[in-house]
Amino acid sequence: MKVRTDWWRRAVAPLAAALLLAACQATPTATPTAPPAGTPEPGQTPAASPQAGGEVEIFSWWTAGGEADGLEAMFEVFAQKHPEFQIVNAAVAGGAGTNARAVLATRLAQGDPPESWQGHAGQELSTYIVAGQLEPLNSLFDEQGWHDVMPATLIEQISTDGNIWSVPVNIHRANVMWYVPANLEQWGVQVPQTWAEFLTAAETLEAAGVTPLALGEQWTVMHLLETVLLGELGADAYASLWDGSGDWNSAEVTAALETFDQVLDYTNADASTLAWEQAAQLVIDGQAAFNVMGDWAEGYFVSPAGPNLSPEDGSFGWAPAPGSSGVFQWLSDSFILPAGEINREGALAWLTVAGSKEGQDAFNPVKGSIPARTDPDRSLYDAYLQSAMDDWASDELAGSLTHGVVANDAWKAAIDTALGLFLADRNVGTFQTALAAACVATGPCS
Amino acid sequence: MSYPIPPATVAPRPRRLALPGRWGGRPSVGSLVKFLLLAALAVFFLLPLWVMLITGLKPFADVHLSRMWELPSGIYLDNFMAALRALGPHLLNSIQLAVPAAILSSLLGSMNGYILSKWKFRGSDLIFTAFLFGMFIPYQSVLIPLVQFMNTINPAGGIQGLILVHVVYGIPITTLIFRNYYATIPNELIESARIDGAGFFGVFRHIALPLSLPGFAVVLIWQFTNIWNEFLFAIVLTRPASWPVTVALNNLAGSQIVEWNVQMAGALLAALPTLVVYIVLGRFFLRGLMAGALKG
Amino acid sequence: MTLAAALRRHWVPVAMLSPSIVLIGIFVYGFIGWSLRVSMSEWQGLMPDYTWAGLSNFAELLNDRRFHIDIRNTLVFTTFFIGGCVGLGLLLAVLLDRHVPGEGIFRSIFLFPLAISLIVTGVAWRWLMNPSTGERTTGLNLLLDTFGLNALMNAWHTSDPPIGIAFVALPAVWQMTGFTMALFLAGLRAIPEELKEAARVDGASELQVYRRIILPLLRPALLSALIILGHLSLKVFDLIVALSGKDIRLDVPAIYMWTTTFDANNFSRGAAIGIYMLVSVAILVVPYLVWSLRRETEL
Repeated sequence: MKVRTDWWRRAVAPLAAALLLAACQATPTATPTAPPAGTPEPGQTPAASPQAGGEVEIFSWWTAGGEADGLEAMFEVFAQKHPEFQIVNAAVAGGAGTNARAVLATRLAQGDPPESWQGHAGQELSTYIVAGQLEPLNSLFDEQGWHDVMPATLIEQISTDGNIWSVPVNIHRANVMWYVPANLEQWGVQVPQTWAEFLTAAETLEAAGVTPLALGEQWTVMHLLETVLLGELGADAYASLWDGSGDWNSAEVTAALETFDQVLDYTNADASTLAWEQAAQLVIDGQAAFNVMGDWAEGYFVSPAGPNLSPEDGSFGWAPAPGSSGVFQWLSDSFILPAGEINREGALAWLTVAGSKEGQDAFNPVKGSIPARTDPDRSLYDAYLQSAMDDWASDELAGSLTHGVVANDAWKAAIDTALGLFLADRNVGTFQTALAAACVATGPCS
Repeated sequence: MSYPIPPATVAPRPRRLALPGRWGGRPSVGSLVKFLLLAALAVFFLLPLWVMLITGLKPFADVHLSRMWELPSGIYLDNFMAALRALGPHLLNSIQLAVPAAILSSLLGSMNGYILSKWKFRGSDLIFTAFLFGMFIPYQSVLIPLVQFMNTINPAGGIQGLILVHVVYGIPITTLIFRNYYATIPNELIESARIDGAGFFGVFRHIALPLSLPGFAVVLIWQFTNIWNEFLFAIVLTRPASWPVTVALNNLAGSQIVEWNVQMAGALLAALPTLVVYIVLGRFFLRGLMAGALKG
Repeated sequence: MTLAAALRRHWVPVAMLSPSIVLIGIFVYGFIGWSLRVSMSEWQGLMPDYTWAGLSNFAELLNDRRFHIDIRNTLVFTTFFIGGCVGLGLLLAVLLDRHVPGEGIFRSIFLFPLAISLIVTGVAWRWLMNPSTGERTTGLNLLLDTFGLNALMNAWHTSDPPIGIAFVALPAVWQMTGFTMALFLAGLRAIPEELKEAARVDGASELQVYRRIILPLLRPALLSALIILGHLSLKVFDLIVALSGKDIRLDVPAIYMWTTTFDANNFSRGAAIGIYMLVSVAILVVPYLVWSLRRETEL
């Protein structure tokens, strides 16, 4: 027994030393992940007065690929224009921002918001607006002259009661159908102009052993739903569904949902296991004919790390999703100004860069989107993006559901649940009832 | 809940009959079948690790679901280098988190277990049940009050706050393990020490602690692994500079293009410390369990 | 003994226990209390709203189709998970109990999955259990195809409910079987050889030795395993999200609570789901605890 006691005594001192050492060193020695080359060293600043500089913490879920690259490009512009501030990239990955939103909620619960965070322009911000977490940006817009360079319709969509709530950085289009022209020729089908045409073409494609429509995990199904609704109902009826004047129980909606049900029959059985880009890849690989996806798919197609195609040589083609030609179903990534305790000068500096021509022209070509501003340097954008810019200027506008424009979080979550249940039982009737109930419970319907 | 065998004496492995052959026996059909069965199960257990390894060694162009089982064309270490660059500082954070937290929570558990098994008083069983119940709360449900509370004590979002949280939520399981473990110490040993004049701390120092090594083995390994792999608290309670490796690993996945080869390489890197712990110290884990740490 | 005398006698243990008591009091019971209060409020949005709502959140959940799916999935998952871990763990322990060549290596192989985080496990098994067919066959299906075992190929976790959720138990069993194996192995090794010899001398067959002697003596290890596996199974979240995103067919209460709280910003509903989870655990665990503690005092 004595030997054991001695052993224990001998262990205590090094153990205590190790503990003390660890405890004393448990202050951050790591710099934040992915500081872009060219930005100044983050994280080492002393607490500075706002005018003299300080940290600017930018919160998003752009952690990899073109999104992260675009963000870093904008960080570089910021570093050149505002070297007195240091950017802290607080991006958190995960499931279309689900982790980031949870972290953000906890930060707001503590009363310690980041200097700015990424959010979709539109109803998605209403959660924060209602909670008083955002500051209106009207004075910034006036100061920077943004009313002249951003479309009035867009500014209208990001305002409530005359208050402008965010700085849109880009515009993405949701209702795009992607395909490979050579393959379509080979299979003898044309790009369908309506969903009825699609259903006919789908029969031919199935006979040829090709999946007519490539689909991925559940959020891509919601994306498909909104394009089908738009294509079948038209822009006006579609818009009415979201502002409370339309009727979710109407026969037109029933017909649209039944079309949706039929379209789903022509998708790949393993959809739930595919990420969105894997579904898009099926089209490139010739295993599927069409894929309905927003135009970040184009960013994927041209990325050097991925398929590395070009929009100019016909290796892939695009068309408005069936039934929605002439309508631009849009979404926009934007940055907001929190109302809490932040480095306000730094945050405003960031927003100025985000809304500036240099900032947007640095961000968008890399990310694969078009700028919210109407005065970009077109030479920086590839063939698809240029055509998108033309459409954006001329088409009718409809907001995206999946990407936060037309429905707030609670409503979208209710629709998501209804959609999930529909995918499980494929009962259009209960689906429609659930959608109508969702509008009443969490939307503007009465 | 306790099994009356003193921890120092564990039943020896069953002796085989003396038989010729390399392992002291002529392998019978039965033992051959057993070995093959074990080998088959071992292959099943190694499959996921194998997939991760060969994917981590491939360049991105070769990463394709349909070619999952193809061996890499060469040893392509770039993914591991890229993952290491992204994860390196956060591996340090994780070590600074998991090592102190595991040690502290095991010390706390050891004291608690000692009290609740050998120094019973009125209500000690109730307290033990109350502790155990804490093991079952879903962590998602306490996130908001937790961050609000932690913000008042540790607003900087450093690792210390996370250490505290893990020590607290580790109290139930460490107390359970040590209580069961100390219950195997015969009460006569305690009584004779007290007759010799030892008090509360004396008995702890001279009787309980020296016998505690197997219990500490189980608790330290278990806690280190769980704290190292934990994600939820890590992501809401720390700022980017203090992120443990689980958060950084999650961030290797973008929402656009997931570079699976780098992800798998990163996952292997992040799992390396805990893997090493289980492989190297696994026998102590087993010995600790055999000595009564979780006898029920 | 008067309270004062009892306190005087026991003040040292109580004092040494009190930090833990305080910490658990705050971090567990304090937060549970907060959660309970929120579950009976109308908090929907980022700003706290403690308007009293009684039990309406709980009632709504009982009628909620998604919650029904959650309950069914939890039951199926728990059954297969615990059954798999216990069965396979016992098998491995029995196989490893007798001297086997390479026992150390086998033990390490079966134990190492415990070291992996559930998220990584989910990602790896998502690849393995990929259900794509035809040209895109991959993962385990591809392996089965290569070895001619086509009959075993299936859609794994994307199979129609409730089969799909049973397959979700597969990675979970892979992860935790090493733990039950270790528990049972420890239990087996602790059984004195004399007991088994005595039974054999009395004419019992190996099978009877197992049934009458060994298995009953493993009951404490089994109960420990049930507690730890049970609480993991009722709280499972990371694994399923990593495996399948938020596919509703594989939904479980923890995921529903997460999406309700952080995606839909409905804090009161989310808290109610959390309370349901706690209550279900309490119903299962507290009687066992009370029973085993009472048994202990009887011994």
